Amino acid sequence: MNVKELYQKTDGWLDSFGREERSLIAVLQAIQEEYSYLPREVFPYLAKEMNLNEAQIYGVATFYENFSLEAKGKYVIKVCDGTACHVRKSVPILNKLRQELKLDDGRKTTDDQLFTVETVSCLGACGLAPALTVNGEVHAAMTPEKAVALLAELRREA
Amino acid sequence: MTRINTRDELIALRKKCIAAEKREKRKILVCAGTGCVSGGSLNIYAALKEKMAKEGIACEVELAADPHEDVVGLKKSGCHGFCEMGPLVRIEPEGWLYTKVKVEDVDEIVASSIQEGKPVERLAYKQNGVIYEKQEDIPFYQKQTRKVLEDCGRIDADSILEYLGIGGYRAFEKALFDMEPADIVKEISDSNLRGRGGGGFAAGTKWSQVARQKTTPKYIVCNGDEGDPGAFMDRSVMEGDPHRMLEGMMIAGIACGANDGYIYVRAEYPMAVARLRTAIAQAEELGLLGENILGSGFSFRMHINRGAGAFVCGEGSALTASIEGKRGMPRVKPPRTVEHGLFDKPTVLNNVETFANVAPILLNGADWYKSIGPEKSPGTKAFALTGNIQNTGLIEVPMGTTLREVIFDIGGGIRGGKKFKAVQIGGPSGGCLTKEHLDLPLDFDSLKKAGAIIGSGGLVVMDEDTCMVEVARFFMHFTQNESCGKCVPCREGTKRMLEILERIVNGEGREGDIELLEELADTVTNTALCGLGKTAAGPVVSTIKYFRDEYEAHIREKRCPAGACQKLKRFTIDPEKCRGCSKCARNCPVNAISGEVRKPFVIDGSKCIKCGACKDNCAFGAVKEG
Repeated sequence: MNVKELYQKTDGWLDSFGREERSLIAVLQAIQEEYSYLPREVFPYLAKEMNLNEAQIYGVATFYENFSLEAKGKYVIKVCDGTACHVRKSVPILNKLRQELKLDDGRKTTDDQLFTVETVSCLGACGLAPALTVNGEVHAAMTPEKAVALLAELRREA
Repeated sequence: MTRINTRDELIALRKKCIAAEKREKRKILVCAGTGCVSGGSLNIYAALKEKMAKEGIACEVELAADPHEDVVGLKKSGCHGFCEMGPLVRIEPEGWLYTKVKVEDVDEIVASSIQEGKPVERLAYKQNGVIYEKQEDIPFYQKQTRKVLEDCGRIDADSILEYLGIGGYRAFEKALFDMEPADIVKEISDSNLRGRGGGGFAAGTKWSQVARQKTTPKYIVCNGDEGDPGAFMDRSVMEGDPHRMLEGMMIAGIACGANDGYIYVRAEYPMAVARLRTAIAQAEELGLLGENILGSGFSFRMHINRGAGAFVCGEGSALTASIEGKRGMPRVKPPRTVEHGLFDKPTVLNNVETFANVAPILLNGADWYKSIGPEKSPGTKAFALTGNIQNTGLIEVPMGTTLREVIFDIGGGIRGGKKFKAVQIGGPSGGCLTKEHLDLPLDFDSLKKAGAIIGSGGLVVMDEDTCMVEVARFFMHFTQNESCGKCVPCREGTKRMLEILERIVNGEGREGDIELLEELADTVTNTALCGLGKTAAGPVVSTIKYFRDEYEAHIREKRCPAGACQKLKRFTIDPEKCRGCSKCARNCPVNAISGEVRKPFVIDGSKCIKCGACKDNCAFGAVKEG
């Protein structure tokens, strides 16, 4: 982690969103979008710049589901397990992906840092159930077989 | 776009847009809702543009541009609602709707529909052997009354001029110049508009309470944190008709004396965020947002906050805490949001659909609004119809429409000829309704009596293969996961209820579990701090009420009547069909299958872990599951 660069970029976001407490979530979102996770090194820096204590920042960063303190894979696959997807059998898709990538509920990212598999409560794409997203792009009407084919396709692309 | 500085300039620009809209002799509306986009609708849009350019047909011309004759209006529209059949393309003025369109269909669409003026029959929707060329004739649309979603799918959501072209910002103009703030509040109160986000609290009451407050500044907050799994009404409004919602918020600002509006949107809705940002930027550029709007002296600024993945932020005090940059945890009420809301100031908090109802009420009057649906909860309601249903999608019906009409007439019944079992309404805070409720009118009060709530409007239909105990477990898992942990009843109660439900679906249920669930449900409902906890037990209570026998079968007979719970499945080999190839035995991970080659094999139920490997590998269909 290039800490100097991290602080520099963070300064840029602090300048555009502001240094008040109300900007904290937006700043954390910007950091996460850039690095795909929240490097812990940024917390003391933010605490100083925003005049908050580090615990407050850590509290916010761990409260919200979208923030991650661990680096994610190149392809973040989010399997929707909202009600509509669930009743149209999204769990077998999740299980298949985890089985193929040797992941489980605790281990979400592959060792080669290529894939992260997570669930999401609802993408609001219920008409396309069961759905999953790869780096934000929605894939509709999935099946375990289609999910395996998708992995192969992503591996070729990588 | 040039800034408009007076009311007359706004009227002139709107007139110009309306006229231009009328001069477009033909429109092609490509659905650019989340559903159709993931089906490739943006590629279809690009292909249409390219094809028309090749044919020398002018299209994609800005509404205010001159000349505007002989133009085909090619537009990226909001969600048409018929997501099951996407990507959708609509041709106006005829109203032809093309379903499941592919890029390869573009040439034919341009050649016949645009150049020859004929519909492409093979792309039309078909049901029971009938071909429906026109969108309005399709049964899915015929029974709907689209008021909030009226223009969703009719206009280009990325253009404020399109919104002006259908008469947009007229209600705002009226509120700004022709009405006193008190009149606006009175009109909304008289209309009986009730909040569309869950509880159905009267919007007019909130507005008048905030208007009365002496403290300044005041805030208008729009709850777009539509977190209920299985609901996407608000997403469609934000994506398809963002100005309509902005207009509602701006009117609330005039009525209550607020100058700042905050929109809190789920981070899972990136397209809604993008469209709202565009809409706000365009409104600022035109001078409809900002300082001294149209020279009236009224200023209004709009801010967007993206959520970061916390369902509890749909609760008012948690949502405002999140906007303030804190953990989204609810606080004890009173004081209520109307007195001490965002930044501890008086705040109007309504959801997207509620704000989208405001402009037509001001234009047409409270009496007009009350003429739609039942008097106590008037208007229409958008529902997301999902699950095991034929026509998944976004619908809008007058309040008071029956479930039967929604599920069978609009939704086309259950998928794959299965039987209807239940419908979950109101998401994890709601309850399930069964066959006996099919003729129940959908409105706030009737549903409450039946033990469910409208919630934000998710309707998840379940067929006979769905296990209701597992559904209750699913919702409890969701709520437990989303519980913020501040109050003990919700933090601990949901966890314990989840444990009990998990053991029941795993075949380890004990006598007395149902009663224990009921007791916990009662405690959590009565003692939790916020709405999330107070309603968390809804799915458990209603499934026990209507499907107690299913719980009992799981606990006493270790049997899942719907055949859905994996751990309760029983795998057996049909000796008639088994050829004794031994493939199942070789694939069994726990050596539970034995037998002699060429004679029927047997599964030892005590060793079986119900993984289904035998069934997947049997070439003769001899392994039975039940």
